[in-house]
Amino acid sequence: MKRFTAWRRRPWAGYAVVLVALATTGVVYAGFSPKADTAEASNSAAAAQDMANGKQLFNQNCSSCHGLNAQGTKDEKGRQIAPSLIGVGAASVDFQVSTGRMPAMNPGAQMPRKKPVEVFRNPKNVADVAAYVQSLGGGPTIPAPEQVDPEKGDVALGGKLFRTNCAQCHNFAGSGGALTGGKYAPPLDESTPTQIYEAMLTGPYAMPLFNDTTLTPEAKRAIIAYVVQTREEPNPGGNGLGRIGPVAEGIAGWTVGMGLLVLAAMWITARKPKKQHD
Amino acid sequence: MSDVQAPKAVDAPLTFLDDRLGSSTFLKRNMKKAFPDHWSFMLGEIALFSFVILLLTGTFLTLWFKPSMLEVVYDGSYTKLNGVKMSEAYSSTLHITFDVRGGLLMRQIHHWAAILFMAAIMAHMLRVFFTGAYRKPRELNWLIGIGLFTLGMLEGLFGYSLPDDLLSGTGLRILQGVAQSIPVVGTYLYLFLFGGEFPGESIIPRLFTIHVLLIPGIMLALIVAHLMIMWHQKHTQMPTKGRTNQNVVGYPFYPLYMAKQGAYFLYIFGVLALLATFAQINPIWLFGPYDPSAISAGSQPDFYMGALEGALRLMPNWETNVLGHTLSWNVMIPALVPLGIIFTGAALFPFIERWATGDQRSHHINDRPRNAPVRTATGVAVVTFYGLLWLAGGNDVIAERFHVSLFATTWFFRFAVLLGPFLAFMITKRICLGLQRSDAATMAHGYESGVIKMMPSGEFIEVHLEAPEEQAAVILSKEEGKSLPAARDDNGIPAPGSRNPLGHLRLRLNRFWNVDSIPIEAGHGNGHGNGHGDGEHAAVEDGERATAIGSGSGTGDRS
Ligand code: HEC
Ligand code: HEC
Ligand code: HEM
Repeated sequence: MKRFTAWRRRPWAGYAVVLVALATTGVVYAGFSPKADTAEASNSAAAAQDMANGKQLFNQNCSSCHGLNAQGTKDEKGRQIAPSLIGVGAASVDFQVSTGRMPAMNPGAQMPRKKPVEVFRNPKNVADVAAYVQSLGGGPTIPAPEQVDPEKGDVALGGKLFRTNCAQCHNFAGSGGALTGGKYAPPLDESTPTQIYEAMLTGPYAMPLFNDTTLTPEAKRAIIAYVVQTREEPNPGGNGLGRIGPVAEGIAGWTVGMGLLVLAAMWITARKPKKQHD
Repeated sequence: MSDVQAPKAVDAPLTFLDDRLGSSTFLKRNMKKAFPDHWSFMLGEIALFSFVILLLTGTFLTLWFKPSMLEVVYDGSYTKLNGVKMSEAYSSTLHITFDVRGGLLMRQIHHWAAILFMAAIMAHMLRVFFTGAYRKPRELNWLIGIGLFTLGMLEGLFGYSLPDDLLSGTGLRILQGVAQSIPVVGTYLYLFLFGGEFPGESIIPRLFTIHVLLIPGIMLALIVAHLMIMWHQKHTQMPTKGRTNQNVVGYPFYPLYMAKQGAYFLYIFGVLALLATFAQINPIWLFGPYDPSAISAGSQPDFYMGALEGALRLMPNWETNVLGHTLSWNVMIPALVPLGIIFTGAALFPFIERWATGDQRSHHINDRPRNAPVRTATGVAVVTFYGLLWLAGGNDVIAERFHVSLFATTWFFRFAVLLGPFLAFMITKRICLGLQRSDAATMAHGYESGVIKMMPSGEFIEVHLEAPEEQAAVILSKEEGKSLPAARDDNGIPAPGSRNPLGHLRLRLNRFWNVDSIPIEAGHGNGHGNGHGDGEHAAVEDGERATAIGSGSGTGDRS
């Protein structure tokens, strides 16, 4: 205590206190405010760089179909080759690219989910293109991790919502199903929580769009919880047979069940008893 | 006649019972009844034993299942559904699945047994059909069999509906649509069945009573009748050496056949337990409770209802409006016509065939399918028709798994269902005749031995050997169809009964039945063919021994 009192009496102490107070306030301010002034400067430089990267990636990988300004392209007969991306938002780009659908190989047909091409295996590149497209005309943004956290969703509500909104295409357990016109709803066993959210938010291809009025963010998180928990839960009754319903059961019954029984019947009737001497 | 004596341990109690019940030698005689052996004769046993297992496991399920549509909020071991509103039927099925010890296993055995039961009935009926075993005197049992099959379909449909999950509710909705589509009485019928508007409160309790009491009771009675008639008439047998229309060649019921049957029952139970342990069936917890506003891709019924589902999917959307009433052809035709034709046709077939062929004899030796080309071809045509409808019932799964368009599958099946049966008929008939021809050749020139001989002239020939006795007996089992007297004899006098249109039709059918047949004649006697191998020789002897045992009761009754 004594030393501190002595120290306080020094001539520069007043300045020191003011300085410390200022610095603390600054640090605290910086910590609480989303973008500190000092950080802003260096961030905007980085952002400009990211944007440039995004634009470059877009020009190299996407512009051949979507046009140099993402305005979409048409063939000589005026039919659309690829749609405009103005206003589709980062969510749509993130979904399409991170599921490997874009860049498309074969425009016109339904794009299957596949491993993303080399450049887009780096999440930073995906984020950059998404941000670039977002900058062109806004649109739904990529959901925050908290919004898609399956742990936080109400799974019972999610099940109900899934059965009324999604099961008619994706099947009760998310195993996928056929749609009219050669289209299909893919199985949901690999989609990440973020992709599930984005799929609902942007309605890719033949899938309807579920905006935040049809399904609130809370409802979306519930659905994510249901999908994730359902695909992770083991099958208590043995092999799940693809979880596609009674067709697989019928096939198993006829092949495995009847197969085993008929084999046994053949064996049992082919065995002749040893000759008896009586 | 008996040269096999039952062991003392069995003989004594039998004698005891026979003495008390005044049945003289009833039991002893019946214990020695001969049962012919052929693997396809076991198909009926599969159905019988699965039925027994259905009764046992079903009774277990009734101990916990609550047939009630009362709404409850689930709170149990399957946490994913905690807090969800559902019917008591659904929640009690969840309870059986997750909280009753062995409950899931029992549910799965019950359901797999239902699948195997229906599969076995189908296979059994096909065996009976293609071997002509339904012919006189067994027409009654054929009719009982068709009744059992129909009841089995209903029983399965109702059982499937009991847990009140999403898929079973979808199935009930279809049932409701089908009932409603019946002209005039449809709406009343449906309101009566459901006790009001769909789904209502009463349908599950009603289906429950029908499922556990009414239909099993009727089925049990029919099965008993089926078996008693079979016992009395004795089994048919496959044609081979030493088997005639007058005897039964096989093993005595006791001890051999009974031991085999006991083992087979245990084996069936084993297979069902294996399936139920390793293959999940009807995971109602994944389907979720029934919710009229929800539906799932891949909503299918069990396979035995698949043909009905397929018919509904293929039918174009036709409706007409008559005096303010909508006639839903789009539901009525597919729901009633295809299966109606198949079942009615199957029931009438023995009588149509008898009428057309004029064959009034009793048959105890089965036909080889090739020797009845019209019957075999008809059967294959029906199987094709049914099979295509069945596949069409799973067209969404086909489209999804094989990446073809759903629309394309629908159109493909529409045409295939109409054309396929005719093609199948023609192809099958050709194949049958081809096989008859090769039989005739075997009888005339022997079979190709695969031994090539060089003649002194340098010519190579393949040595043909005379068919061994066994084979010859099988081939010669063919019976030639009997032609009805021609419409007019040589003098132009019309044959009796052929003057009316019906008689005319009969003659034409008769000609259709008999026109293609390859006559088969015994070759140059069959003195040599025997004794090609010791194994074979032993089998023949065994057969003969069994004849002796079997005919003890066989000959007496059959003549
Ligand atoms: C081979 C042509 C092609 C290429 C290359 C391509 N796309 Fe596409 N893209 C399409 C077509 C065609 C569609 C429309 C697909 C559909 O109907 O779902 C589409 C749709 C999209 C959509 C969905 C638009 C919406 O309405 O939500 C996004 C986002 C997208 N592309 C982004 C990209 C990005 C980013 C790239 C580059 C990494 C890219 N695409 C490369 C052809 C292409
Ligand atoms: C009308 C049918 C339909 C409905 C309803 C529907 N989807 Fe989809 N869904 C599709 C189709 C079609 C695709 C494939 C899109 C593509 O290929 O670009 C898809 C794709 C998806 C994907 C991406 C899967 C992948 O391969 O990465 C997810 C996730 C998804 N849907 C979730 C949902 C959820 C959750 C719901 C309910 C809220 C839903 N869907 C409702 C048809 C549907
Ligand atoms: C030919 C006979 C039978 C067939 C084809 C049949 C078929 C079925 C089927 C397919 C189910 C649905 C099972 C599931 O949930 O996966 C079912 C359920 C049920 N069956 Fe049967 N069954 C038969 C006989 C019986 C009998 C004799 C009883 C009772 C004495 C019975 C009692 C039940 C009960 C209580 C249920 C509902 C419980 C549950 O689904 O877990 N069944 N039946």
